[in-house]
Amino acid sequence: MTNLLEIRDLHKRYGTVEVLKGVDCSMRQGEVISIIGSSGSGKTTMLRCINMLEEFQGGTISIDGQEIGYQTVGGVRRRKPEREIARQRALTGMAFQQFNLFPHMSAAGNVMLGLVKVKKMSREEARAVAEKWLDRVGLLSRIDHYPGQLSGGQQQRVAIARAIAMNPKLMLFDEVTSALDPELVNEVLQVIKALADDGMSMLIVTHEMRFAYEVSSRVIFMNQGRIGEEGNPREMFLKPKTERLAEFLKTSTFN
Amino acid sequence: MDFGFLDQLWVARIPLLKGLGASISISLLSIVVGTVLGVFVGLALTYGYRPLKWLVRGYTDFIRGTPVLVLVLASYYVLSTVGIDLGPFQAGVLALAVFCSSHVGELVRGALQSIPKGQTEAAKAIGLTFPQTFAYVLGPQALRQALPAWVNTAAEMVKASTLLSIIGVGELLLRTQEVISRTFMSLEFYFFAGFLYFVINYGIGRFGRYVERKTAVPS
Repeated sequence: MTNLLEIRDLHKRYGTVEVLKGVDCSMRQGEVISIIGSSGSGKTTMLRCINMLEEFQGGTISIDGQEIGYQTVGGVRRRKPEREIARQRALTGMAFQQFNLFPHMSAAGNVMLGLVKVKKMSREEARAVAEKWLDRVGLLSRIDHYPGQLSGGQQQRVAIARAIAMNPKLMLFDEVTSALDPELVNEVLQVIKALADDGMSMLIVTHEMRFAYEVSSRVIFMNQGRIGEEGNPREMFLKPKTERLAEFLKTSTFN
Repeated sequence: MDFGFLDQLWVARIPLLKGLGASISISLLSIVVGTVLGVFVGLALTYGYRPLKWLVRGYTDFIRGTPVLVLVLASYYVLSTVGIDLGPFQAGVLALAVFCSSHVGELVRGALQSIPKGQTEAAKAIGLTFPQTFAYVLGPQALRQALPAWVNTAAEMVKASTLLSIIGVGELLLRTQEVISRTFMSLEFYFFAGFLYFVINYGIGRFGRYVERKTAVPS
């Protein structure tokens, strides 16, 4: 059986600065992997390569056996056509640090846009799906509210509903609680935890160590553009094998 | 014989109405054509490949750096020397439309660039293509952003339409001047013309605020 996600020798440069220096990672269906590491270690960049928000110069990323973003024809590596990339992006769902809700659309409108325009659902069908997912994130009562009328935590939950409603094979969470007031963090983590319990495959870039410890089936520690260490959360947090990870954990709050 | 202002106004009603009609058509035409052109200018400035971007940047900077009156005169007198023979009305509208397009282009560029990058990324992340992203995410936000400044530009175009009197287009100002040269009631008729321009621009302003209210995002 092919892995859900297969990353091989991923290299990414900004100009002359190499931010990913050969990352290998594979992930099975239903796994929940947290990616931790200090800022600048490449964790967010790696996540963004998976749905081609970032270009990458070397290596391959495959989801369900499909190569993402690039194809090699006759030894020449080329970016796939934009239409194909757009289609591949829908294989994954992404939630962002800054939520990035569309401010001119209601909560329902945000969730429905992709369903109607990408999945080609009728508005009625899309509305029903939006209702279902907004209910799941506890915001059915806010379905016709606009982002400006919602708290940060509520906006992030709508953003998660928007991503998950597209029925992605893999959810990507990019520091989704970093922009939230501390008292709003929990409501978002609860939503993610519930999705994990439902068997959703997820890659979570986070600074919430306690959360990573509790929710993950595996943890990846990124260090200077490479995977520094990986393993199950218990081993990683309690018995770090590398000096780097031990140091990193010492400087992070585990609460 | 002593005719009062109202009598003279009645006598002059046909040329003045025609002038008003001409002013309105000049303004409308130049705003519509200028806006359509301007949207393309703005798109090129924002998303164009470099050579296109430079070309369009040169166009807008050149046009914006030139007085409208010079554009009007050039359009009428210079174009004919290169074999493009336009009547005063067409030449004038062309000059105003070009002027309008450079301003609208900058408005559109500014509005599009003010939208956070995260909007495009979120749209990409749910699988929208670029045309879809533009149509449903960026365009509507840019429109709201640019609307107040666009209303300003539209009002400017109405005022700039008076410059066409210089090349002999019978718009409101020229007709008013003709009436004044017959009646010598300069204060009254200039005031009257000014009042009409005010009414048009006030209407545009009200319409703009109405659209702003209608499209406002609740918060």
